[in-house]
Amino acid sequence: MNAHGFVHKYGDNVDTDVIIPARYLNTASHAELAAHCMEDIDADFVKNVKKGDIIVAAKNFGCGSSREHAPIAIQASGVSCVIAETFARIFYRNAINIGLPILECAEAARDIQSGDEVEIDFDTGMIQNRTSGKSYKAQPFPPFIQNIIKKGGLLNSIMK
Amino acid sequence: MGMTMTQKILAAHAGLESVSAGQLIEAKLDLVLGNDITSPVAINEFEKCGASSVFHKDKIALVLDHFTPNKDIKAAEQCRQVRNFANRYQITNFFDVGQMGIEHALLPEKGLVVPGDCVIGADSHTCTYGALGAFSTGVGSTDMAAGMITGKAWFKVPSAIQIVLKNKPAKWVSGKDVILHLIGMIGVDGALYRSLEFAGDGVKHLSMDDRLCIANMAIEAGAKNGIFPVDEVTVAYGKDRFQHEPVVYAADEDAVYDETIEIDLAKIRPTVAFPHLPENTKTIDEVGKIKIDQSVIGSCTNGRMEDLRAAASILKGRKVAKDVRCIILPGTQAIYLQALREGLAEIFVEAGAVFSTPTCGPCLGGHMGILGKGERAISTTNRNFVGRMGHTESEVYLASPAVAAASAVTGYITDPEQLTEGERK
Repeated sequence: MNAHGFVHKYGDNVDTDVIIPARYLNTASHAELAAHCMEDIDADFVKNVKKGDIIVAAKNFGCGSSREHAPIAIQASGVSCVIAETFARIFYRNAINIGLPILECAEAARDIQSGDEVEIDFDTGMIQNRTSGKSYKAQPFPPFIQNIIKKGGLLNSIMK
Repeated sequence: MGMTMTQKILAAHAGLESVSAGQLIEAKLDLVLGNDITSPVAINEFEKCGASSVFHKDKIALVLDHFTPNKDIKAAEQCRQVRNFANRYQITNFFDVGQMGIEHALLPEKGLVVPGDCVIGADSHTCTYGALGAFSTGVGSTDMAAGMITGKAWFKVPSAIQIVLKNKPAKWVSGKDVILHLIGMIGVDGALYRSLEFAGDGVKHLSMDDRLCIANMAIEAGAKNGIFPVDEVTVAYGKDRFQHEPVVYAADEDAVYDETIEIDLAKIRPTVAFPHLPENTKTIDEVGKIKIDQSVIGSCTNGRMEDLRAAASILKGRKVAKDVRCIILPGTQAIYLQALREGLAEIFVEAGAVFSTPTCGPCLGGHMGILGKGERAISTTNRNFVGRMGHTESEVYLASPAVAAASAVTGYITDPEQLTEGERK
């Protein structure tokens, strides 16, 4: 499995209130949530994001509420992967459970810049920055989590 | 190697003799919780994967508390979906308008969580129940759906930071000041993926309402859970309340902690978190003159009886400043009724405050007190992120009910001691 796209870069503590503001939580529609993704931190994100694009952020990405609407909004807006130095724990679980690939890699999170073209190989954890020519190795998932992802999310893994 | 209190509860629920930090386990759940925002997503997933039954109709709690009483048609539709699901699967602990309260005030009050339980909730402040000596943590809707189907959840066993509390807090210093002080020390990711385990002889000076408030905001330090030892205060709280048999766990004497932090409760001052992170704390003495437009007293953090009493003790015989909107929200119907009986509701209304039905409403910018551009609120809620309570250019300052009430009176962020002393002189 691979991802390939252009980077949207953010800083520390990107919280779920800016990823998808609560005023839009009166719907569970993926398309409606995607239409407001990142609205309170980057009003142009929805206009600029293209299928396959990658979000890169620093520490504690997805902190705050447990709303699964946050990774859903990101996934439904076409983003193929989120790379961060660290993730808040509920966001981390939620992303895995819905099948949104996320990678923890401090060096990549620091180096990669907005607009860079990045390619990711999820089997090896290799992150290639096509723009700068640099490559990075992300922390691989433990086998238990790989199994959830391989089966297409948590519910598929328990219902089989 | 000894286990932390959290590790012992997780081991027992995974059917294991012992567990250690980093281990992946599957644990049995005593309760699975959802609200009117997170349950619809869980129900969609539940139905999409073809599930046709829940693991236990008494061990699921569905609470319609966020956008209720329904704030708009979409919110009404989400509640209708949850109501239909609760009826179809005969969910015992379904709380609709009239019975509902803010979930993390309601569940402990009803005795639905007891010491030793393992609880997940599709709401980040589910960590509140650590106050009772239970393991409880926030998850997303897919985890909630899986929990409702199987009665189990996967966890990575956390390591812990031990917080040793010493001495007794001063007047006007509450659980809220303790937890804001701690978050100010360690930061919003200071306890990321880990437990906060409270200990020390200062614990006995904290009421259950203080402990519920402290455990509630463990998530604001990134923690997986916050947990208190079970003592006389817990036992007294649980008398005639706990709905099933508690199991008391204590950390092993040789439990290993990542670090131990000592906090002298006697030295804590009323504390305020400035925009836009709960870690941006200052003591009330360092605040300076900050004008406010709104004061919100309530939420799963501070909507309990002691919180309302603290606010009333300040608002009694005083008036909310002319250009301030003061909104007071009790946590549950029982708290609402008690506030009426004690005459607190009268104090609030006579002071010029609004006394509302229980709802999460303004805390997350849902309804019942949204901020406009450039407006500023002092609030007893738990988050002050950009746009949390309304416009992206509005500001939220987090504080205790006493500080929020004193600020409502003066129109500026105010030390309750200064207000009451000043008027006595």
